[in-house]
Amino acid sequence: MSTRVDVRKTYKLYLGGKFPRSESGRSYEVVDAKGRFLANASMGSRKDAREAVVAARAAFAGWSGATAYNRGQVLYRVAEVMEGRRSQFIDEVARGEGLTVRQATAAVDAAIDRWVWYAGWPDKLAQVLGSSNQVASPFFNFSLPEPTGVVAVIAPQRSSLLGLVSVIAPVVVSGNTCVVLASQERPLPAVTLGEVLATSDVPGGVVNLITCHTAEVAPWLASHMDVNAIDLAGAGALATDLEVAAADNVKRVLRADPAGEADWTADPGLSRVRAFLETKTVWHPIGQ
Amino acid sequence: MGTPFDYAPAPESRAVVDLKASYGLFIDGDFSEAAGGGAFKTISPSSEEVLAEVAEAGAADVDRAVKAARTAYTRTWSRMGGRERGKYLFRIARLIQERSRELAVLETLDNGKPIKESRDVDVPLAAAHFFYHAGWADKLGYAGLGPDPRPLGVAGQIIPWNFPLLMLAWKIAPALAAGNTVVLKPAETTPLTALLFAEICQQADLPSGVVNILTGAGETGRALVEHPDIDKIAFTGSTEVGKLIQRAAAGTDKRVTLELGGKAANVIFDDAPIDQAVEGIVRGVFFNQGHVCCAGTRLLVQESVVDEVVHSLKRRLATLRLGDPLDKNTDIGAINSSTQLARIREMSQVGEDEGAIRWSAPCDLPDRGFWFPPTVFTGVSQAHRIAREEIFGPVLSVLTFRTPKEALEKANNTPYGLSAGVWTEKGSRILWMASHLRAGVVWANTFNHFDPASPFGGYKESGFGREGGRHGLAAYLKEQS
Repeated sequence: MSTRVDVRKTYKLYLGGKFPRSESGRSYEVVDAKGRFLANASMGSRKDAREAVVAARAAFAGWSGATAYNRGQVLYRVAEVMEGRRSQFIDEVARGEGLTVRQATAAVDAAIDRWVWYAGWPDKLAQVLGSSNQVASPFFNFSLPEPTGVVAVIAPQRSSLLGLVSVIAPVVVSGNTCVVLASQERPLPAVTLGEVLATSDVPGGVVNLITCHTAEVAPWLASHMDVNAIDLAGAGALATDLEVAAADNVKRVLRADPAGEADWTADPGLSRVRAFLETKTVWHPIGQ
Repeated sequence: MGTPFDYAPAPESRAVVDLKASYGLFIDGDFSEAAGGGAFKTISPSSEEVLAEVAEAGAADVDRAVKAARTAYTRTWSRMGGRERGKYLFRIARLIQERSRELAVLETLDNGKPIKESRDVDVPLAAAHFFYHAGWADKLGYAGLGPDPRPLGVAGQIIPWNFPLLMLAWKIAPALAAGNTVVLKPAETTPLTALLFAEICQQADLPSGVVNILTGAGETGRALVEHPDIDKIAFTGSTEVGKLIQRAAAGTDKRVTLELGGKAANVIFDDAPIDQAVEGIVRGVFFNQGHVCCAGTRLLVQESVVDEVVHSLKRRLATLRLGDPLDKNTDIGAINSSTQLARIREMSQVGEDEGAIRWSAPCDLPDRGFWFPPTVFTGVSQAHRIAREEIFGPVLSVLTFRTPKEALEKANNTPYGLSAGVWTEKGSRILWMASHLRAGVVWANTFNHFDPASPFGGYKESGFGREGGRHGLAAYLKEQS
């Protein structure tokens, strides 16, 4: 009796809700922590990044215009679907990051719980971050948080799933859409996360995931005139150049922690959410 | 053209202002000359009269001011309790009120804006900003940034010439309330009220070095931005310079907030009260000679009422009084500088060359000084440069729309996003427009109102960060988790 040959996955990009290979036709070898072959990942290109921006922009009106209750339920659904794939993520994280099963389990569980934490936020952001302002004239004056728009995210290089979720969730929770460059050396959990997002009622284009050589693609996102903000979490030595390019259209820039990659197990707080919000103030007259 | 109903001149007296022949830099609590001996003249744009000579700060002066601010930060200001800091700010607010006439006259002399605006808007709002933020100094734990948020350190602040004292207040009041010390550079053409403010700091016995004022031009600003011991840069001015500053701060740990240009849409629906809307249009774009980053320079009028609106607007503009800014009846003052006047003239010529129809209010322009009449362009399309680029003068472009959706698309069709106006009697439409306009401030059935409790700032290329309100404080505090 012959042993069953397992069916391996083709790791592709996640763009506009679909799973294309890179338009460039390129791929690159991904190895585990001990240097053993894991898979060939698609090697995303400048053109893939630009198409992802178009998809993210197209998705912005619908996602930011959805009710906060709806966005919260969708994010909770992501946690539900991730939970169903828990063992797959543990396996990928353990192999990619060289963790023990116990360590990988902790990271995956924290990533799932992070979605749950964020799922509760959409319908509270305006209450916590907004205000009614007592002006010295006859106006009702209020300020509300609104999503910035399309956000480019350079995902953490080390923490391939928990770090990834920890930078995507605070972007999309408020209604932003994003183009994410996955960890270059550890991209596989990002592709699997894309499969989760695609089956969790997250509208296509809200999150776009590109596996690539970061230094090749990130500059095109940093200087892209239809990207409104950039998260430099995993930019490393590229950070200064990307921040310079980001000024071309006055992007909001979230710098990486100068002390090195953040501890993603810590309580995230609201600072990452706040970094990709605008405050809109409305004046309305009061009169008879 | 004399008529029996002409106004008699009603000039505000200049006697209240004691102009010195020359002014030094305000560093560490005292005035001193620039290390390099540099100086420049500041003139009154309404008469081209030289008002005073002002020191021009160089890199050495910037360094001295930053050191003074650092010392004041570490030894005094960051250690002082919030209640005591607040009391200094309350003092400053009161001193601005006490010297309000002097500040208003000086502002009008140096800037060219009508005395009724400096007297009724700029100076009272500046005092209000200090009063508002004074109360925050001992309540920072309630600002939503953790129980004990910390100041950033030394803030380098660069402000424009359109609201010199008011922009100073927007910058200095929140910075000091949060426990930072500041080095502020006023605009080259309007340094005088900032220097009078320095005297107010002395009268308030504000500890030396907490506020430092460096007069100068672009090079002074650059030296301040690039100084390695600045923790925070706050800039109000052009988008072009804002981008340079953002690039200069890249790769450092300096925090940056930018309040930049705008090309605001002011949207008039056919059910709007037209007479009120016309007043709002005038306030939106001819207030302060149009030298307002949030000015409503793109008038979007629903097609069915465009003739009525433009007719009423022209009739109203013909009644505006342009002339001596110190005259209490003056509505339109002088353009701030010859450079700005040249820009306004150039852009107006571009408008004509591209085929828009130009109309200017019939008014006599004084012989001396820098003047431009209130001007309206009709027949403007979205592709015209006058509909896309900031002019920063009393020039309005009129465009039309048919449906709310079209109005929204046109309003948002700009790289800027500072402000917008909506005029309609329909409340649901106001809120629908307000929630879809990509702009930081939306005025419904009004325009160009400001308040220290009301956050102000832009989307997109109009900058980032807010000034005013709880949100403005966040620009000067480190969140504590």
